[in-house]
Amino acid sequence: MKDNSTIVLAVEGASCGSCVKKIEDALKAVKGVSEASMNFSEGVATVSGNPLTEELIKAIEIAGYSARSITGKSDDELMDEKETAELAYYKKLVRDMAVALTVGVPLMAYSLIVGEMTVTTSTERIVWFLIGMLTLGVMYFSGRHFYIGAWKSFWNHSANMDTLIALGTGTAWLYSMFVIFFPTLLPDMARHVYFEATAMIIGLINLGLSLEIKARGRTSQAIKRLIGLQAKTARVIRDDKEIDIPIEKVILNDLVRVRPGEKIPVDGIVTEGHSSVDESMLSGEPMPIEKTENDEIVAGTLNKTGTLVFKATRVGKDTALAQIINMVKRAQNSKPSIGRLADVIAAYFVPAIMIISVISALVWLNFGPEPSIAFALVSATTVLIIACPCALGLATPMSVMVGVGKAAEAGVLIRNGEALQTASKITTMVLDKTGTITLGAPKVTQIKVMDSSITEEAVLQLAASLEAGSEHPLAMSIVESAQERKLTLSAINNFKAIAGHGVEGDVTDAENSVAKLLFGNERMMRDYNIELNDAVNIAQQFAEEAQTPMYFSVNGKLAAIIAVSDPIKPDSIEAIKRLQHNGIKVVMLTGDNRATAEAVAKKVGITDYFAEVLPEDKSNKISELQALGEIVGMTGDGINDAPALALADVGFAIGTGTDVAIESADITLMRGSLHGLADAIAISKATLKNIKQNLFGAFIYNAAGVPFAAGILYPFFGILLSPVIAGAAMAFSSVTVVSNANRLRLFKAQEH
Amino acid sequence: MMWINIIGFALIVGIVWWFWLYKPSEVKTDEGELIVTVENGVYQPARLKIPAGKPASITFIRKAESPCAGTVVFSDLNISEELPINQEKAIQLPALEPGTYSFTCQMQMYRGELIVSDNN
Repeated sequence: MKDNSTIVLAVEGASCGSCVKKIEDALKAVKGVSEASMNFSEGVATVSGNPLTEELIKAIEIAGYSARSITGKSDDELMDEKETAELAYYKKLVRDMAVALTVGVPLMAYSLIVGEMTVTTSTERIVWFLIGMLTLGVMYFSGRHFYIGAWKSFWNHSANMDTLIALGTGTAWLYSMFVIFFPTLLPDMARHVYFEATAMIIGLINLGLSLEIKARGRTSQAIKRLIGLQAKTARVIRDDKEIDIPIEKVILNDLVRVRPGEKIPVDGIVTEGHSSVDESMLSGEPMPIEKTENDEIVAGTLNKTGTLVFKATRVGKDTALAQIINMVKRAQNSKPSIGRLADVIAAYFVPAIMIISVISALVWLNFGPEPSIAFALVSATTVLIIACPCALGLATPMSVMVGVGKAAEAGVLIRNGEALQTASKITTMVLDKTGTITLGAPKVTQIKVMDSSITEEAVLQLAASLEAGSEHPLAMSIVESAQERKLTLSAINNFKAIAGHGVEGDVTDAENSVAKLLFGNERMMRDYNIELNDAVNIAQQFAEEAQTPMYFSVNGKLAAIIAVSDPIKPDSIEAIKRLQHNGIKVVMLTGDNRATAEAVAKKVGITDYFAEVLPEDKSNKISELQALGEIVGMTGDGINDAPALALADVGFAIGTGTDVAIESADITLMRGSLHGLADAIAISKATLKNIKQNLFGAFIYNAAGVPFAAGILYPFFGILLSPVIAGAAMAFSSVTVVSNANRLRLFKAQEH
Repeated sequence: MMWINIIGFALIVGIVWWFWLYKPSEVKTDEGELIVTVENGVYQPARLKIPAGKPASITFIRKAESPCAGTVVFSDLNISEELPINQEKAIQLPALEPGTYSFTCQMQMYRGELIVSDNN
């Protein structure tokens, strides 16, 4: 049972003073509650006792309100706590290191300068005994955690780095004490003490651990930056009063005011004011975005110029920023399959090293030169010390941590390590046309008047009046275009939409004469016997320029050709070039007609495209490509393309602004630009390369270091590694891995 | 010399048996809360038993300061959570198929097993 604790709930829907009592009574009725109080102005209820949070929420819901727990610490607080704890640990390690090296360095210097640390006379025995006790003090003060860890894990039938260090340093110390107490049991040459090794190794490994902590801190910089984007307080308007409250206490539908230069605290919809908002920190989009009434704004972005009042629509853990932080955190801790082998090895590593150490000692004892026992001891100790399971274990997670963080900074959210790994291997990238290559917002590009008795303005006015009744996306673009020119639309009678052809209707003008309007494709015009003549050629020309032509006729006579096109995003061509430059085949997929598809493909430099693909056939195209042995990435808007995204090896959902469809894809691009795609692939390639370097380094280090330590070079060159050197090598090997991962932070995705 | 070699080989056999072959019998069943302490390089208890097909919750209390202990990873389940020092952290598990799932720290030095079985 938990102790008496305090639970804090944000209560929503409490709009009057009398609700307070009702809520308090409801809470007090819950089993285990000793005290409950509700702060009306803050909308927060505080409960003490030991009830279940879920039951409290249920009680409030039964009373007719809703509530959520805000007891949990905010990301910010957790981060601070973690940093404080790490700093304290760092200081402890530095202190431990200092103590161990204070004893170790003079001993080491003595052995190097004065020479052999042998025990022959009884004075020497006493002096060395005292030094041995001093070393024991170092082992207790600075190395206690290794011995306790080793002991505890031993009884749990597991072995780790502590085991190796404890065994290595412990063996050296015990042997030295044995020399002091029973020198006569050993040959003259073997009466050597190794206290310097014990003290130095403990010092060096503590040094390595402290450096590693510093380096590790830097790997989580990206997430720190994201967490730092969260505002701490929000100014809410309740009962016509403005109060500043912590953001955790903001509830749904609160009205929040943000002044220029302030961060948006929670997600919401603007109800008042006009301003430009910098969303670059989330989407990577450099241009500030204009926001006015009914526009969505998201937490963490920066209000630049004006004051905004907005209604909170998502608060707490539901804001886009909180979800992004959560996703990045998860991804940073997940592991791609490339790391699996290292994991398997790590699981068997330590006992295997212990066995190698015993074998090495036996070989020296059986075949080694005199004093074989001293050689055996040195080689066994060195093998234990030099082996570094940490470097192996750290290789993958450290790089993933930095790589995923790096991607998040570029506005690319990677779901997990596996997606990161697969993205680096993509051979074919399938791009949806509408909304991915193009803006997804068709616009009237040309109005070609074919009848000189009518003006362009009149054409647009009539066409828009007719199309106002239609729901076709192209129709919307014509209506929008008329609105842009501030044209007033006329009423339409006898409106009829003919699927796959167009629309027709009648309009009555000021002189009460009725005009018959037709708007549609070539087939429709032919059905109504409208003479087209050379208009067909003009239309064909438009199609070749990636525009969709439509005919408009008034009273049976062709009046104009209106061309609509969905403009290509300004940087699509450049981004597609980047992908192709990286050896990725780019394929376009669209439901559009062949001529327009061909024109768009040509414009952006794509040679492979599939036109007139029905939405449900998109995933079939993906399987076809996969059957050819391609590793297929699919990029789409995440909503219509969900099945294809799911089927592809890596699905990329392209977001617009910060409207992220986080759940739908392996990788989410928060910015609308396709450059995000090239960035994502560049980062995943760089990360994978980094992981490989780390794994390779860690494998080589252990594979070369261990035999070297066992004395494999001795028969040929007479070289035997000193345990102190092994300690230094081991301490720095894991620091090297972490530092190499940190190198990724300097990677510039845009240049690849 | 003979004796030394025999002792050496016995040591190797001992290591193999103790660390690889021996399966600790200490298994906690899902009676009440499952609480795992993270300290001194080990999860305590390191072998947990839960019934299959039912979501479960495991509470971790991390006492070790070393950053290695800071993350617990259930790699088969794609779960990885940070553990704050000296605080309870409950990890929610979905309903699982019978089998053995391992949980480790990032570097695989802390190791534990989650045994999901039908016969509960």
